[in-house]
Amino acid sequence: MLDSVLALAQGFSVALEPTKLLFALIGVFLGTAVGVLPGIGPALTVALLLPVTFKLDPTGSLIMFAGIYYGGMYGGSTTSILINTPGESSSMITALEGNKMAKAGRGGPALATAAIGSFVAGLIATIGLALFAPWLVEIAIQFGPADYFALMILAFVTVSATFGDSPLRGLTSLFIGLMLGLVGLDALSGQARLTFGVPELLDGIEVTTLAVGLFAVGEALYVASRLKHAPETIEPVRGSLWMTKEDWKRSWKPWLRGTALGFPIGSLPAGGAEIPTFLSYTIEKRLTKHPEEFGKGAIEGVAGPEAANNASAAGTLMPLLTLGLPTSATAAILLAGFQQYGLNPGPLLFAEKPDLVWGLIASLFIANVMLVVLNLPLIGLWVRLLAIPQPWLYAGILVFAAMGTIAANPSPVELIMLAVFGLLGFVMRRYDYPIAPMVVGLILGPMAETQLRRALQISLGDPMALVESPLAATLLAIAALALVAPLIFKGLSRFKAEED
Amino acid sequence: MERSRGTILEMFMTQQEDDRPEGRRGDPVGFVIAAGLLALAAAVAWDASGMGAVSSYAGIGPSAASWTVAAALTALALGTVVSAVRGKIPVPEPSDHAAVLTILAGIAGMIAIISFGGGFIPAMAVLFGLTARGFGRRALLTDLGIGVALGLFVYLGFTKLLALSLPQGPIEHLF
Repeated sequence: MLDSVLALAQGFSVALEPTKLLFALIGVFLGTAVGVLPGIGPALTVALLLPVTFKLDPTGSLIMFAGIYYGGMYGGSTTSILINTPGESSSMITALEGNKMAKAGRGGPALATAAIGSFVAGLIATIGLALFAPWLVEIAIQFGPADYFALMILAFVTVSATFGDSPLRGLTSLFIGLMLGLVGLDALSGQARLTFGVPELLDGIEVTTLAVGLFAVGEALYVASRLKHAPETIEPVRGSLWMTKEDWKRSWKPWLRGTALGFPIGSLPAGGAEIPTFLSYTIEKRLTKHPEEFGKGAIEGVAGPEAANNASAAGTLMPLLTLGLPTSATAAILLAGFQQYGLNPGPLLFAEKPDLVWGLIASLFIANVMLVVLNLPLIGLWVRLLAIPQPWLYAGILVFAAMGTIAANPSPVELIMLAVFGLLGFVMRRYDYPIAPMVVGLILGPMAETQLRRALQISLGDPMALVESPLAATLLAIAALALVAPLIFKGLSRFKAEED
Repeated sequence: MERSRGTILEMFMTQQEDDRPEGRRGDPVGFVIAAGLLALAAAVAWDASGMGAVSSYAGIGPSAASWTVAAALTALALGTVVSAVRGKIPVPEPSDHAAVLTILAGIAGMIAIISFGGGFIPAMAVLFGLTARGFGRRALLTDLGIGVALGLFVYLGFTKLLALSLPQGPIEHLF
């Protein structure tokens, strides 16, 4: 406890250096801007910036990436409230009530409760991260290769199969990601896999190329293909930005409840912010004193899910920093950001680079304060971003996608991969395949393989070693359960439907 | 984007019906996807069969992961066939193929220009212009011009300020 406070104080002394503050400011500014722009999320922004920041100071860059992550969350809510096309699936719920509020001329209070709720949630969840991370590090330091392997298997299952629309499509996405992870020289034996004699493939497939292809190119193709069929309208912000006394009264409890849901669920390897936001919405709908307003613009339905969304973003950083385990697409890209500087998140990083880790955590507090200060007064600027004509917006996104890819690896092969992944992302969107499992599979697959082979080397090839540690056995059992759980739920809901 | 309605959403918001139409039984798309997965599985298996089976240390060699992935992709292909037969492949929303092809032409043009030494700025101009056209703009010359300006701005910013190397052609050599 006291250790955490001391370490955090040390972290603040790093994060408050003027250059670090500048990085944080650039991060939250960029993050909010791209969060607002429809079509680019925080994962894509960080992926595009990775090659550009290659030569910059690691601590500063990582602080900037974290600022983008938090900023993207704030900006995303603006888009879903004002144009009803949430940039990422986690702000989908916000659009339900928020867009209705905006249509009823209450866009200002909707934006305000989203921003202040995100601030409250981000603050509490970051305190939670600072308190619990050292504790989790203590535990993680005793993990053996078999435990890590089991943990990664659990993450694979939850990210791809448990919480998606269809386990079949989630697992397909995951295994294509794992296949892409095989490409290149095997780390332990030097054997080339799936390179087919192309020298550019020996280094493996860059996570950033895959992410930029899937998110930027795939999204652009998808939006263009749908343009004639789904026009968008921007709701102007009318009336006061400020929340009335009544709004405050109806907002503060949903904020806290949303945080209480978001942080723990985000910390589990359970795949992102969707579940806590859905849960928060359902709970607020049950508890509200104004059930008649739900579906027509209830402020609780914006306040709760937005808080849950932000709290889970901080929660996701917990397994990422302490275990090196990414549980969302953005976390996978952040992990690639660490690896770009030769840093591996995990217990060792806390011991070896406390300045960096705690500076990063402290900068999250700073980013949060910057965001609440920047967000509301600058709302006019953010709304104007929405007015960029869509053709130029997406053309610009593709130019930056190509630039980032070619700057990382100046070879036409890299650009061809970008195009292929873009086409893949387009087809996946059309047929409703989730994208995050593929990105997580690419980055986590080789890590899981290394842990598995290490575990088997230690046990001289005895596969029982994988379940001898009680922790590994438990995690694998949960993973097996998580794989069949959706099938059971589906059976249950079918049963229920027949009853109705 | 209304696409990603998950099971969780269904669980907690049963009153909100999924508005996506059920798939057709025997949808050919499902068989095409399954064939693609099988082709990937075959490629991975073929690659794995060329690796030395014996590893020099205790444990498993580099081919084990390949075989696992190949087996899983095969299983997923079979699962896709089953779901196609049962009509569970989602029916995609109508698509404007001309728009998609225009943007793909822009990407292909960009790659070709860079591969043949045309340089960064013309490549970005073509990419920008054709993408904007795919999104419904009709003023191609204006957009190509904007693409040149953007490409120049990015080129100078990133090569001079951040010391990154970007592909050079006749135009870039002027700077």
